[in-house]
Amino acid sequence: MKNILKYTFAVLAVGFVSCEPEFDSPVTDDGFYSSGTANLSKYVSVGNSLTAGYADGALYITGQKNSYPNIMAEQFAFVGGGEFNQPLMNDNMGGLLLGGTQITENRFVLAVDANGNPGPVRLEGTPTTDISNKLSGSFNNMGVPGAKSFHLVAPGYGNVAGVPTGAANPYFARFASSESATVIGDAAAQNPTFFSLWIGNNDILSYATSGGAGVDQTGNFDPSTYGGNDITDPNVFASVYSQQVDALTASGAKGVLVNIPEVTSIPYFTTVPTNAIPLDAATAAQLNAQFAAYNTQILPGLAAMGVITPEEAALRMINFSAGQNFPIMTDDDLTDLTTILQGAPFSLPPQLAVLLGQLRQVKSDDLIVLTASSVLGTTPDPNNPQGVIGVSIPLTDQYVLAVSEQARITAASTAYNATIQALAGAKGLAFVDAKAALARVANGGVVYDGGVLTSQFVTGGAFSLDGVHPTPRGYAYTANLIIQAINDTYDATIPKVHIGNYATITVTNN
Amino acid sequence: MKKVLLLAVFALASAVTYAGGYRVSLQGNKALAMGHTGVAVVNSSESVFFNPAALVYLEDKFSISAGVHGVFSNIAYQDAETGANARTDSPVGTPLYLYASYQATDWLAFGLGVYTPYGSSVEYEDDWAGSHLLNNIDLQAIYIQPTVSFKINDKLSFGGGPIYVTGSVNFNRNLNRTLTDLDGNRANVTIDASGVSSWGWVASTMVNLTDDLHIGATYRSEIILDAEDGTAEFENIPNSPLTPFENTSIKASLPMPAEMTVGMSYDFCESWTFAFDYNRTFWDVYNSLDIDFANEAIPDSKNARNYKNSSVYRFGMQYDATKMFTLRAGYYFDESPVREGYFAPETPRNDSNNFTAGLTVNLGEHLQIDASFLYSHFKEVDASYNYYFENGVAVPFKGTYKTNAFVPGLGLTYKL
Repeated sequence: MKNILKYTFAVLAVGFVSCEPEFDSPVTDDGFYSSGTANLSKYVSVGNSLTAGYADGALYITGQKNSYPNIMAEQFAFVGGGEFNQPLMNDNMGGLLLGGTQITENRFVLAVDANGNPGPVRLEGTPTTDISNKLSGSFNNMGVPGAKSFHLVAPGYGNVAGVPTGAANPYFARFASSESATVIGDAAAQNPTFFSLWIGNNDILSYATSGGAGVDQTGNFDPSTYGGNDITDPNVFASVYSQQVDALTASGAKGVLVNIPEVTSIPYFTTVPTNAIPLDAATAAQLNAQFAAYNTQILPGLAAMGVITPEEAALRMINFSAGQNFPIMTDDDLTDLTTILQGAPFSLPPQLAVLLGQLRQVKSDDLIVLTASSVLGTTPDPNNPQGVIGVSIPLTDQYVLAVSEQARITAASTAYNATIQALAGAKGLAFVDAKAALARVANGGVVYDGGVLTSQFVTGGAFSLDGVHPTPRGYAYTANLIIQAINDTYDATIPKVHIGNYATITVTNN
Repeated sequence: MKKVLLLAVFALASAVTYAGGYRVSLQGNKALAMGHTGVAVVNSSESVFFNPAALVYLEDKFSISAGVHGVFSNIAYQDAETGANARTDSPVGTPLYLYASYQATDWLAFGLGVYTPYGSSVEYEDDWAGSHLLNNIDLQAIYIQPTVSFKINDKLSFGGGPIYVTGSVNFNRNLNRTLTDLDGNRANVTIDASGVSSWGWVASTMVNLTDDLHIGATYRSEIILDAEDGTAEFENIPNSPLTPFENTSIKASLPMPAEMTVGMSYDFCESWTFAFDYNRTFWDVYNSLDIDFANEAIPDSKNARNYKNSSVYRFGMQYDATKMFTLRAGYYFDESPVREGYFAPETPRNDSNNFTAGLTVNLGEHLQIDASFLYSHFKEVDASYNYYFENGVAVPFKGTYKTNAFVPGLGLTYKL
């Protein structure tokens, strides 16, 4: 009798462990969510740093795990999505090595300095990702940091031998299928059933982040002649972009195309105010006295001579006042007066002529880049306390994205976006207006469960410490936008994520 | 005897949950088989818990009951909005009880009980969707209760005694939804307090209206466990003055609410007994779970609970089938003390319907084997906890919960 009870108890015990509570309709059941007319079993994402999950000025593992394609793939798993492989870095430092020598910097982290002020600093330490260690296998995430539109179709872009000369990309070199492989070729070879394509950002962004130091190549159809900071010709963009869409849809895959946001939506261009120079009344008066002859005699004289237009003369006027002031800068879009000013009737000494050659004050509609914050107001020559950058030493052109430069960017990105949207329409692909979505973040912000997502640097939640790339939360917001577009276009019901569950910036002291 | 008690106390250390809040209604196999009724039943030394006043009416000079329950409880969670889902992998609980009674004189009896009326053991997968509220919890409270019972006459008796409680709690949760160290490991805290003790009391009465009709009432006092020197251990905290979380000591209070029980039993047709108990648990004492960190740099943790008093309605039947077998069955409806909007994953309990059955096998004159079984059925419920805040903004944690529990039990009764 005792034994019977004992065994009964034991059998019951085993039984109850497997008696799990079941929902009436579990989210994990087939059919709870639907992929609609899309087949998400093999998803391949193609793009640049944004697609790779790059953040804080580097690519590192936790950033990659929060890339928008990886977040999407996790949600795709509810509707038949398969495995999603990423070419993960070796660590969370983020820097790259080539043959043991570090070639890219580590990530930024938010550190607190000795005075208790938090600010972004590069994480110290030696990274362990050496690009000469080739990864094997194919990767669903074909996001390559730094890639421009035409790079995706360029053979040899993943040839490690080309990295030191800039002919190849260190990130693609880690996982290109061969030395002559193209990004788009390696993506198409995986026979995706579904793809996302977000490319073209760098075709304008490097021009923008360099303060317009590059050349607008509109009209030049040969990208092999372009410099790194140039704007890509819109026809070149249209041609390579449509090649890419053709390659990805060749086997009948459906997909989603994402357009190019405005650079004015990102904190890299909106954090440093244009009038960052505080002056008292005495200093302002003293400075104005120094520029009096320039304002009242030289500029009107040049305009009268027809050397510059009256508009340019007005633009070049220098005027300080008590309070916040616009720094002085050199603008290479201005007429270069260096030589003329040294001749009659001005006969200025060469040093002064050089200073005034392309001088103006920053205007409120210019954009000062984030990196200017570390030079503005500093005195580069410790023996000359009067030599202050922005006051007596002009801010160089690389720190200012002038209105004229912004106009070139807008013209190019508008043309790219027209191409992207037209192709999405023609091919029946889902389309994401990332430009409009990012503008919402920048102008007022987006409410989520736990706050408001804005593009405020450090505290806004959307942008990482490099001021350009999103945080995990920013990427989650992006993933939700793309999922929404897929649901709308393909009649699907893929669940979104709570963006509040995704982290923002990383705090740590070195 | 001392050895048995010691053994029991050690085994109780794996105590577990059952019922609304963290009340664990598993205080005897005979009673549980009858829907956990017993305030008006004169049956065995289980009355030490159910109604000390009944002990004096026991026919045996000496009686001892001991037993164990195996608690197999499961919680499933899902959020249809995001697809997030989780299942608990809670350890099997094995709460024990031990009761002894001794009939000193015709009108006086003594008893001793060791039991675990409160406890909880819930384990989610680390970093699940609700990990900012709870990863896992293990709460134990062991009641040790010496008892005296005396009768005024055959119609009326009183009983009661002091209760010594020793308890411990250990729980872990992530600090918030996103904080991690450099490598993405979620920052979390483990709160641990053990050896927390306190005193309370129980008083009861029994009225025998006729030979067959009994009514009883028992009141067990509120006992608040004040942890004065618990510990908080932080893990995966970034190296930054912005996250000043360091291991420190804590103070916290956890109430074991008072419970009032009234009920009746009725013997009929020679071998049948019907019993009804009504419990009122005064959960409103559990207003907030606050953790006061000794390190002033760490903000205190306030977790609103706002429980309400709740009722349980219990019905049981007993049938003395043969000299060898006594059969029992029961049902109870257990009202949740959790208000709408306060549904936290540590005790995700909505109202439940509970079905019980069991039997006693008489092995000779002195020894009985008691077996019981409880199945608790909870309806699937959409619920949320609305009092978690990030930067002053309430972030509700919502979803669908489905809970169940199976509790087989086995005990022995020895009497002289």
